[in-house]
Amino acid sequence: MALAREHAPPAGGARPLLAVEALTKTYPGGARALDGVSFTVARPEVIAVIGTSGAGKSTLIRCINRLVEPTSGRVFLGETDIVSLAPGELRRARRRIGMIFQEFNLVDRLTVMENLLSGRLGSVGFFASWLRRYPPRDVANAFAMLERVGLAGLHDSRADALSGGQRQRVGIGRALMQNPDLLLVDEPTASLDPKTARQIMRLIGALAQERATPALVNIHDVALAQGFADRVIGLKAGALVFDGPSAALTPEVLTSIYGAEDWSRTIRKADEDEAGA
Amino acid sequence: MSTGAAQRHPEVWRRHSPRETVVRWLWIAAVAFVSAWSVSALDIEWIFFKDAHVQAADLAGRMWPPRWSYAPTIIAPLIETIHIATLGTAIAVIFSIPLAFLSARNTTANGFTWAVGRGILVASRSVNTVIWGLLFVAIFGPGPIAGIAAVAARSVGFLAKLVAEAIEEADRGPIEAIESTGASTGQVYLIGILPQVMPVLIGTTVYRWDINVRESSVLGFVGAGGIGLHLYASINQFAWQQVLVVLLAILAVVIASEAVSAWIRGRIS
Amino acid sequence: MSAAHPSAWRPPPFFGTRGRQNLVLLAAIAYLVWSVSTLDIDAKRALAGFGRAADLFIRMIPPDFGRWELLLRGMTESLQMAFAATLAGVVLSIPLGIAAAKNLAPRPVYLAARGLIVVGRTFHEVIIAIFFVKLFGFGPVAGLLTLALSSTIFLAKMLAEDIENVRVGPIEAVRATGAGFLQVVVYSVVPQVLTRSVGTAIYRLDANVRHSTVVGIVGAGGIGQTLSASFSRYDYDFAAAILLGIIALVALGEWFSDWVRRRLR
Ligand SMILES: Nc1ncnc2c1ncn2[C@@H]1O[C@H](COP(=O)(O)OP(=O)(O)O)[C@@H](O)[C@H]1O
Ligand SMILES: [Mg+2]
Repeated sequence: MALAREHAPPAGGARPLLAVEALTKTYPGGARALDGVSFTVARPEVIAVIGTSGAGKSTLIRCINRLVEPTSGRVFLGETDIVSLAPGELRRARRRIGMIFQEFNLVDRLTVMENLLSGRLGSVGFFASWLRRYPPRDVANAFAMLERVGLAGLHDSRADALSGGQRQRVGIGRALMQNPDLLLVDEPTASLDPKTARQIMRLIGALAQERATPALVNIHDVALAQGFADRVIGLKAGALVFDGPSAALTPEVLTSIYGAEDWSRTIRKADEDEAGA
Repeated sequence: MSTGAAQRHPEVWRRHSPRETVVRWLWIAAVAFVSAWSVSALDIEWIFFKDAHVQAADLAGRMWPPRWSYAPTIIAPLIETIHIATLGTAIAVIFSIPLAFLSARNTTANGFTWAVGRGILVASRSVNTVIWGLLFVAIFGPGPIAGIAAVAARSVGFLAKLVAEAIEEADRGPIEAIESTGASTGQVYLIGILPQVMPVLIGTTVYRWDINVRESSVLGFVGAGGIGLHLYASINQFAWQQVLVVLLAILAVVIASEAVSAWIRGRIS
Repeated sequence: MSAAHPSAWRPPPFFGTRGRQNLVLLAAIAYLVWSVSTLDIDAKRALAGFGRAADLFIRMIPPDFGRWELLLRGMTESLQMAFAATLAGVVLSIPLGIAAAKNLAPRPVYLAARGLIVVGRTFHEVIIAIFFVKLFGFGPVAGLLTLALSSTIFLAKMLAEDIENVRVGPIEAVRATGAGFLQVVVYSVVPQVLTRSVGTAIYRLDANVRHSTVVGIVGAGGIGQTLSASFSRYDYDFAAAILLGIIALVALGEWFSDWVRRRLR
């Protein structure tokens, strides 16, 4: 794998960075979107969550920061069991989890800078956020972040004036402004053209590595998943059917996740793309 | 078209199904009945109407020519009328924002707070500005303060209702994004929702201000300040030439405020 | 990493430049000072008002529904005024609306009708009401005429706009069959504007219910007259009952109007 890289060894004996235990979600109306999913993340790595549309990928990552309330199961972020937290504690835990969305979810009428700094809302009070009085360090970090995601100089542009790729870069910056212990990324490239999609995936991968932050990335594009992830989790009808290094994604595995299909071309294409990139 | 097809078509064509027709006629009958009841119950003395045009012409004749010497007297009350509208609208804006968040389903705390918010909305909107004026004159005594309070009381519900609707229709995505940064509820409203409803807030405020200028022109009838007092006094003194001057002044101010309001709204959209 | 980057940032000014932003702020403050100083506000009396508000509130509770017959009579009268005025408004707005439609009426007629609409819309119902009271005496007839006049003007304006927005295709098609003016109106304009016009009329009925509560202030009948009388007698617990009645009536009117207009669509 072109992007395979050295990892810090798992800290011996300590809690894993993230542990998901028997997570289940039944939506009102009966759809069981998540069915006893368990896995652990012991080191900072990029994990692709793959599966057909409706397999429960979004539900999984939204249960982790409780944008969706899980029906049962537990989620440990370090020592903290997120599922059992009261609202105030949940807010504090969410500050440690950055989230990146398919539709970018920027506040359109605010500037790029305001969107980036909204990642720091947890550290300022109501009136400070009203007057946009963020600590000087946060402001300096935001300017640095702007440069890092390739948008230097655009701080005063309104978010709705940017292109799709630029908007997603702001979304990434906002999540990273939180200095998160975990990144949750829901289909980050599904609203982008293929070329921009690869750039965005590369940026997310690079930033996760730089900051040694584990990232859980929902993605339906198998080639992209293989290209950019260290590890792959496969969901099918809410159940975890595969968990292994991305190199272990064989046609048999893909068939178990997606159903019968000719996978050779998909897999080979991914390899060629990486060789060319 | 083949002849065979033509024969299969019905010979009688009706616009509505029989059920629709019945419902339609029931509605028409209801409207006719209610109208007949209303007109007959009001005991209208039709004889009065016979010389109405004569009387109206007579009144118009007595108004002409306008007594322009009265104009300087009403400049200050005219300005006061605009102040009442502007200050009342400004106060309403301040109160309407929290009220809107209280009465929008997705931001209110619980069913009880929602009901409280909706109750305030309904009360504010159902009572006319002039009737609010009556109430506030009883509280603050005659004068522009009562007028400002009346305008604010009526406008707060108007603004909050439209802003609450905008809050309910706000895009969920950015709200979720701000929630997931661990922001407090107040910050989610402030950063995630308020910018989304800002155009509605500004647009309705300007629109309401223009309505309020018109409303303020009659607040003086109940003693709540503004030009209305002078209109009322002139009418009661049968000073019809003064009345015409006041009417022309109101016409000018209301049309001008409508133009200003339309211009601003045109610029923000 | 932060050393090279600015550590201060202000959002871009809402009004273009920061200078203009400050100017607008300054103007707003100046306006506030000016307006508050020209309004002859008696601070002491205003402050006393808050005490008086509590007093008034106490005297309003509990609302006195003992004279419910009087209350009911006033509300019925308001409703009747609203219904009759809406009916009159619908009938009278048709000729005025056609006259005010640019694409149907000859230019002088159009200008005259538009002028009438502009002037009529400017004056508050209460101003119109006081003139009708002078002409026809106190009572619901003055209120009815007021609401009828303002409904006519409102409905005519809406109708004229609807007519101006009709698609010209059908008009030309009907005209091409050799139809006369009335036939053109009936066969090509009416179908296009009818549903909307019914919706507008229902909306106006709702507005008339609202306005019918206020024209009584100058003696033009309805519940407003009852309310005004109770206020002038310092009869506050009855006034509270009337206010609650008005709120219920208006809320019901709005609900009905919304319900009908939703079904029309
Ligand atoms: N808010 C919801 N209410 C009810 N059912 C839902 C809701 N969100 C998702 N679902 C259902 O849960 C299942 C998993 O959805 P999702 O997690 O969005 O899948 P994915 O992201 O893999 O496409 C689907 O069957 C979907 O219809
Ligand atoms: Mg999804």
